[in-house]
Amino acid sequence: MEMVWEPKILAFLCNWCSYAGADLAGTSRIQYPPNIRVIRVPCSGRINPLFILKALQNGVDGVLVSGCHPGDCHYLSGNYVGRRKSATLKRFIEFLGLEEGRVQFSWVSAAEGGKFSQVVHEVTEEVKKLGPAKRFVKKSS
Amino acid sequence: MKELNVIIDGRELKAKKGMTVLEVAQEAGIRIPTLCHHKALSPVGSCRVCTVEVIRGERSRLVTSCNYPIEDTITIKTDSPKVKKIRKMLLELLLARCPDVEILQELGRDYGIEKPRLKKTKNDRCILCGLCVRVCQERMGVSAINFVGRGVDRKVSTPFDFLSDVCQTCGACAFICPTDAIKLEEISKHKPVPIASEFNRGLSVRSPVYLPYPQAVPSVPAIDKEVCIHLLTGNCGICKDVCQAQAIDFDQKDEMIEIEAGAIILTPGFSEFDATALSNYGYGIYPNVVSSLEFERILSASGPFQGHLVRPSDHQAPKRIAWIQCVGSRDIHHANHAYCSSVCCTYAIKEAVVAREHSPTPLETTIFLIDLRTFGKGFERYYERAKKDHGVRFVRARVTTIYQEKDGDLTLRYFDEDQIREERFSMVVLSVGLLQPPETKALAERLGLQLNEHGFCDVQGFSTVATSKPGIFAAGVFSGPKDIPETVMEASASATEASSLISASRHQLTNEKEYPPEREVNGERPRIGVFVCHCGINIGGVLNVPSLKEYAQSLPNVVYADDTLFACAQDNQKKIQEIVREHRLNRLVVAACSPRTHEPLFQETLRAAGLNRYLFEMANIRDQCSWVHMNQPEKGTLKAEDLIRMAVAKARLIDPLKPIFLEVDRSALVIGAGISGMVSALHLARQGFPVHLVERTSELGGMARRHHHSLEGKDIQAYLRELIREVSEHPLIHIHQETEVDEVHGYVGNFKTKLKSLSTGEINEIRHGVVILATGGEAYKPEEYLYGKDTKVLTLLDLKDEIEKGNPSITKSKNLVMIQCVGSREPERLYCSRVCCSGSIKAVLHLKEINPEMNIYILYRDIRTYGFKEPYYQEARDKGIIFIRYEVDDKPVVETIKEGDQDVLRVTLKDPILGEPVFIDADVISLATAIVPSSGKEGMAQFFKVPLNEDGFFMEAHIKLRPVEFPAEGVFVCGLAHNPKFIEESIAQAGAAVSKAMTILSKERIEAGGMVSWVDQRRCTGCGICQQLCPFKAIDMDEVKMVAVINEALCKGCGVCASSCRSGAIDLKGFTNAEVVAQINELAFG
Repeated sequence: MEMVWEPKILAFLCNWCSYAGADLAGTSRIQYPPNIRVIRVPCSGRINPLFILKALQNGVDGVLVSGCHPGDCHYLSGNYVGRRKSATLKRFIEFLGLEEGRVQFSWVSAAEGGKFSQVVHEVTEEVKKLGPAKRFVKKSS
Repeated sequence: MKELNVIIDGRELKAKKGMTVLEVAQEAGIRIPTLCHHKALSPVGSCRVCTVEVIRGERSRLVTSCNYPIEDTITIKTDSPKVKKIRKMLLELLLARCPDVEILQELGRDYGIEKPRLKKTKNDRCILCGLCVRVCQERMGVSAINFVGRGVDRKVSTPFDFLSDVCQTCGACAFICPTDAIKLEEISKHKPVPIASEFNRGLSVRSPVYLPYPQAVPSVPAIDKEVCIHLLTGNCGICKDVCQAQAIDFDQKDEMIEIEAGAIILTPGFSEFDATALSNYGYGIYPNVVSSLEFERILSASGPFQGHLVRPSDHQAPKRIAWIQCVGSRDIHHANHAYCSSVCCTYAIKEAVVAREHSPTPLETTIFLIDLRTFGKGFERYYERAKKDHGVRFVRARVTTIYQEKDGDLTLRYFDEDQIREERFSMVVLSVGLLQPPETKALAERLGLQLNEHGFCDVQGFSTVATSKPGIFAAGVFSGPKDIPETVMEASASATEASSLISASRHQLTNEKEYPPEREVNGERPRIGVFVCHCGINIGGVLNVPSLKEYAQSLPNVVYADDTLFACAQDNQKKIQEIVREHRLNRLVVAACSPRTHEPLFQETLRAAGLNRYLFEMANIRDQCSWVHMNQPEKGTLKAEDLIRMAVAKARLIDPLKPIFLEVDRSALVIGAGISGMVSALHLARQGFPVHLVERTSELGGMARRHHHSLEGKDIQAYLRELIREVSEHPLIHIHQETEVDEVHGYVGNFKTKLKSLSTGEINEIRHGVVILATGGEAYKPEEYLYGKDTKVLTLLDLKDEIEKGNPSITKSKNLVMIQCVGSREPERLYCSRVCCSGSIKAVLHLKEINPEMNIYILYRDIRTYGFKEPYYQEARDKGIIFIRYEVDDKPVVETIKEGDQDVLRVTLKDPILGEPVFIDADVISLATAIVPSSGKEGMAQFFKVPLNEDGFFMEAHIKLRPVEFPAEGVFVCGLAHNPKFIEESIAQAGAAVSKAMTILSKERIEAGGMVSWVDQRRCTGCGICQQLCPFKAIDMDEVKMVAVINEALCKGCGVCASSCRSGAIDLKGFTNAEVVAQINELAFG
């Protein structure tokens, strides 16, 4: 069988909302594309933008960041910090000349299994359209 | 039992005698298609798509795997060309009969059938798998249906094609049918009755085995014994066969359990008003008239329509929705409920706002109301936002009737100002009130508790939690309608009351678990053990678990890997402990379900095996892999490999983490000696903890000293005198009058506070573990309405003083005008002061008693006599008090006018019904002035690092769920410092603050640390960004070294500081930068 290119997508999910939402998609057996790999973090505010850049540099095709809805943060205001970092990083990514769709952000609560699946569908579609990441990938020595 | 060795698709597998080929293959994660097979039914091999090739020696034959018993040393091919060819043929034949059946089309595509070669003979949905026939016969014991006819005429039917009398309409046949071919109404004589989902208020159906709601704790399904076929007839029992964990126990019986308790707390909740009692609204008849609770479910992501806003009749998105308020509340005619349900105004606004957010198309929202009662904290602002930003329309009118139109729309008829109007909506929500159902009334009767005239639990004196029986406490709506923050406060307050009673026996039933000492692993190379869980067939049925185990084994530093059927089973926990010891593992990785549910269990196992509990990592290959990629087993297995590799990469870097223990200074500081502060102090002292009660003035009692009687007639001064006496006499309470807080150091459990005497200037340092802020409030000093210029204009508090004194110039006056909302609900103080409506009504009822001839006018914006205060409003109207509503942008005008030689105090305002200005010449004017927070709160906010809201009241950690706490631990708030409220509510909140304080004071030491941040001081530049960002104020700057210092007692481990440190000096233990980057690299380069 011919190998079809499948994007490699990394997701950072906060433990209290989005990771729980992803678990709920599982318990509800809501299917989504298997391109996504999750790293669990305590809070979306924990995500250093350098993590995202590191992933893109090393050849990950897309990154999803998801946290609690505004006002729902387990750590009161961590997701606002995450949101600010995300907004800044978005502009930086543009500045770098990377396709904007490679990094995406969303709010998914612990009750939104369906929404999580939908987000993964959308992100996967978009990254597939963009094709393999090349511009920012470090050339292997 | 002897194990049999077989080879399936080249893999050597072990099997037990008696298993079928299909079972062995499925257990190994090898997929064989089936149509007529179901685990709960006897295999018949009728569809034959499960055909496989069995090879023994030189001979090969085709058999149906579902009923072919496994034999020793046979070789099976499930995917050989021969097998594929025969399956394809079978599917083509089936497709000729049932060309439109999706599962056949899908299966057909797997075998390369794009267009069937055979001519379509008929178009049937039934594929004649016989599952329905077998389930009815074998499991239900009914045999209402069977195959009839032969050859092409074969079909499933009832005897003679008559509607069946023996069919029990259980629906098992329809449920098990893979093609939706069975229609129950074509089989049964009886009408099927779907089981309505209670949680979705009947808007969806549920099965007899069900989880009551998605967030149920424990998250374990229950069997509804009223409808379970097995419990009713002894048949079925399928759930027991399919449950891999063998958790179904049909023999469980109701049990009587006796508990010895020192106190009882009752929190039975409430029911909503059944609007079918009001025939004019057509609830229960018109599908698009729903109750507010039903609408709540419609909006919910876990609700009947998955959060899509559609109306029940046609599942179309509504364009215009109307809310009707006070359905079953404030209604003595139809509903016989004189009280106000307190919460409906705000929830209706919330539903309107959320509905607009959910609606895919523009949505118009209209709320029909009598008075708008957004008296709770933050609610007035929310109301204004709903009006301005979300376009919610508010109409002050009573809807008389609802008619349904042909298309399901509803026409509302209402009387608005001067005429009858009609308006059409797509959907109507009835804001139904809260009430006590017969069950809770029966409970109260059983316990011998008094109920009030409205059927709620009667509470005693100024307490909102003490029932008529000592030792029994009530919290929440059982004792009256209220919002979430108040129920939470009462819940905590009743806990305080109960624990005061039984504090002598604290910790008597506590057991501490003992663990072996922790093995030191520092300096050892990582020795990682990986366990890959099958979770029955939840993982193993989709992913190739044995290959995952082999994969794990191949990873660097992995010294042991195994697969296990259920890693969480008790015997496997023991086994894991043995393996950890035997192989001297120093890290454990479990690839199974979610760490959110199972990490604590495995950490416990690790601890019991003598390792630090943090040397653990999980790969979530079930909830986030096998369950969501069920149709893509190969890709799912590849993903699981990545997840395991990433987990192992993290595990290599994990360090053991040690918690720290902090001694607790077991005493409290209470700031402010009003009612809230004194009640807090007394509760703490009664439980045996010393209290420092600090008061700025020279008197105890605060604002309560200015109140005489409550609306219900309770004597506030008598209560206050008794409270002051108790507080003054209690040996554990140290009262510091004319004293202020001067300096604060420390944190939860270990505060050091300097108190400064205002009279002598003397400074006194005290140590305490917690602090309760009860700094109170003050009355707003009005500048409007000639206050201070004309002596006949008084504040409500002054007026009440004069009435109490019996001042004849007040009690004998002819015309009294009261103006409400003076200083409240204005742009500069956009909150409701909550108590003034009731206060004014209390005063006028008292005046009417003294002087029935007096003309009294109350000029108001909304009368907010919520809960059981509503009947007093009714009484005031009955007694002839005239209520005139005014708008905030058209306020009454008060002026002094010369009429003849007399000065006349004239009030002018527009009458909303007549639409004309009216004049009232007043002898006395009373202004219901706002409650404002007391001065000095800014200092307290700084001392204890707690926030104030825009109105200057303390801002709690969560407006609904944590009404007395702050992000900073060990600091609590109660009373007017939090928000305007009645004395009873302040007392409840004081109890709540004490309850939260007790969670700290009751311990000798508190555990902290573990997954917290730490600072590499060599790299820290002391920029202070982390300090600003920390939501918990857990970071201080070392002024000497100019570096950030983390207070582990306060750090909650969110990691905001770590991700924001510009010099990379901060890291988060448990989620270190190195660990995260290791995971990223594993994914990228794997």
